[in-house]
Amino acid sequence: MPSYVIMEKCDGCKGQDKTACMHICPNDLMVLDVETDPENPKAWNRDPDMCWECYNCVKICPVQAVDVKGYADFVPMGASVVPLRGSEDIMWTVKFRNGSLKRFKFPIRTTPEGKAEPLAGFNTGSDDLKGPLLCTEPDSLRYELPTLKK
Amino acid sequence: MDTSAFETVEVNTDLLICGGGMAACGATFEAAYWAKKHGLKVTVVDKAAMDRSGAVAMGLSAINEYIGLAEGEHTVDQYVKYVRQDLMGVSREDLVYDIARHVDGSVHLFEKWGLPIWKDENGKYVREGPWQVMINGESYKVIVAEAAKNALAELGDDGEIIERVFIVEPIMDGDKCVGAVGFSTRENKVYIFKAKAVMAVMGGAVHVFKPRSTGEGLGRSWYPPFNSGSTAYFTIRAGAEMTCQEIRFIPVRFKDAYGPVGAWFLLFKARATSSLGGEYMVERKAELQEWAPYGLGKPIPACLRNHCGMRDVFEGKGPIYMQTAEAIQKLADGYKDDPKGFKKKMKELESEAWEDFLDMTISQAILWAGHNISPEETPSEIMACEPYFIGSHSGGSGAWVCGPEDIAPPEYFWGYKGMTTTKGLFTAGDGSGASSHKFSSGSHAEGRLAAKGAIAYIMDNNQAPNVDAAQVEEIKKKVLLPLDLFEKHSKETTDRNINPNYSIPRQLMFRLQKIMDEYAGGVSSCFETNRPLLERGLELLAMLREDGEKLAAGDLNELMRCWENIHRMWIAESHVRHLLFREETRWPGYYYRADFKKMDEDNWHCFVNSVWNPASGEWTLKKVPIINLPVE
Repeated sequence: MPSYVIMEKCDGCKGQDKTACMHICPNDLMVLDVETDPENPKAWNRDPDMCWECYNCVKICPVQAVDVKGYADFVPMGASVVPLRGSEDIMWTVKFRNGSLKRFKFPIRTTPEGKAEPLAGFNTGSDDLKGPLLCTEPDSLRYELPTLKK
Repeated sequence: MDTSAFETVEVNTDLLICGGGMAACGATFEAAYWAKKHGLKVTVVDKAAMDRSGAVAMGLSAINEYIGLAEGEHTVDQYVKYVRQDLMGVSREDLVYDIARHVDGSVHLFEKWGLPIWKDENGKYVREGPWQVMINGESYKVIVAEAAKNALAELGDDGEIIERVFIVEPIMDGDKCVGAVGFSTRENKVYIFKAKAVMAVMGGAVHVFKPRSTGEGLGRSWYPPFNSGSTAYFTIRAGAEMTCQEIRFIPVRFKDAYGPVGAWFLLFKARATSSLGGEYMVERKAELQEWAPYGLGKPIPACLRNHCGMRDVFEGKGPIYMQTAEAIQKLADGYKDDPKGFKKKMKELESEAWEDFLDMTISQAILWAGHNISPEETPSEIMACEPYFIGSHSGGSGAWVCGPEDIAPPEYFWGYKGMTTTKGLFTAGDGSGASSHKFSSGSHAEGRLAAKGAIAYIMDNNQAPNVDAAQVEEIKKKVLLPLDLFEKHSKETTDRNINPNYSIPRQLMFRLQKIMDEYAGGVSSCFETNRPLLERGLELLAMLREDGEKLAAGDLNELMRCWENIHRMWIAESHVRHLLFREETRWPGYYYRADFKKMDEDNWHCFVNSVWNPASGEWTLKKVPIINLPVE
């Protein structure tokens, strides 16, 4: 069933400036259903057959209302993979069909969110628009730009 | 939907960047720097949210192109020779050289922006294979997009990003590209972008061929299903010359969920065997003679590795297994007398193996958990995926672009780095052809290179774009036509999806996939085709193209699906024409011409390039010489 939304948990991102899953889905699948219950709209995956299972809706949901069920046409039932993404790392819980569990934690970034500084302190060696050096080069290469003698 | 009420939004800019993936992020970052110096405006338009758009949306577990120039690990020349070998001699070496000499800078920037790159005890990047570095890449795209957006923000009012707008069609002023038409997937708005230069960096194409999984797993393609051939469509329709459109890419991956095998082959040194236990790369070594000189070189090209595995499958020796348990055991053997060290090492390996999937193909982790697979105990099936179109990795399809002035032979240089043969139209990443093995990092670097070229072009040709209002009106009407058709006819039947007056986008996609699968060498045809099949395929594609004008959409999401499939249709036709033109089998394991079973170095050691003429609607194809660089 790719990504699906847990009825009880989804609050339609009420009180937030946008519906998180709808904002992030790279394939425009997650959408707020404003027709079934206009007072309490909830999100749903409108086209699960086009879902890449990229988990971006799962990771971004502020109330953990989105989950993934492996593709029904080739994944045996009962397994789950659940992330908990923080600002520095991500924790994964893998549950096997036979009930066994594995847990992994990996770092995701080394800088505070939003703070990627474009030029990163590197200097640009030449302002020649027609020359081969890109901005921050050769400093960011830490090497002199190679060329060929034609 | 009543399209007469649609608002038309006109955006005037200097550089228009269409796309949001790695190449578009590189382009945005670089363009912002040069635009600021020269007082220009940059507009980025993405069909998704840049944080998570494009092929790296999920994340990645490795960066596959890092030369290690400063560390003295490799030279740019070595990379050029590696790519030449892997693509069976067919690559634009000036482009490969250019990306390779700049790519380390992009990787160093990623690290500073916050991407965790694995390091050894001496502070050196951990290599997965000769060219790859390992990363904790869950947020790779978020970080790279953040830097691009922060760079754009430094332009103030002269930097804007518009998300959730799908680009449909180029706007032309004679032989010059002067903008693009798109529509919002959120609001009833058509966007008319007028620009002095345009970058088409909207990725490659999936779902042109019928995938192996056709139920719920339809979306589980290796390359993402939202990359629908928009770059190729844009460049073809703008009259740009295309190259290597016959090279589709077929990766071999863990079966069904298409999880990455790179770490297993390169980092863990696992073997792939048939069910009989034989290792096809060993047993079929002599067969590689047929594909000399490439079959005899190292490393063995990706298509030939596919070929050897496929031969085992065709001979009934499946399933093919990645021997994960054996590999882990071998690695652990080094700790035989050190039980504590062994336990630690096993834990490390297990974590690395799972991270490989969790960073970039989470479905594979679900599949392993669903199959109760512990890689240290059980081997896993691998299999060739369906064909995809990408200019990077071991693919090669895309536009024919201008090389770097100091490297390119005169035949490959026409003024502005990264420009297609259409004036003012630039591309990079999966959009530019014959420069394979750029991957995520190289796509970023190539986006930067092309953006600088585009800014230089704008400074030399700094006139307001001349946009014909009638042309724009016509495109706008065409873009919204599926909504009109639905509005007009959908109430005539009791099922909105079945109507004699129109086709729905999903069914048009299935029809395209069936044609490609059965006539152009897809999965069910064992990747084999011939002239009569291809010619028949073209007849069917011609009717499909006519019916593409009768697509219907009930809402904006369906309108996007309509246009994605039209884009796919065009890359499909271009592919079939290239397959037909090249009378040999150069990339066995990607496709086979049953009527020309061998590689023909005497006649076909060349590029095949094509142009679709927007005025006449005719395709012309030609051979273009391969000029090797004097690399050591």
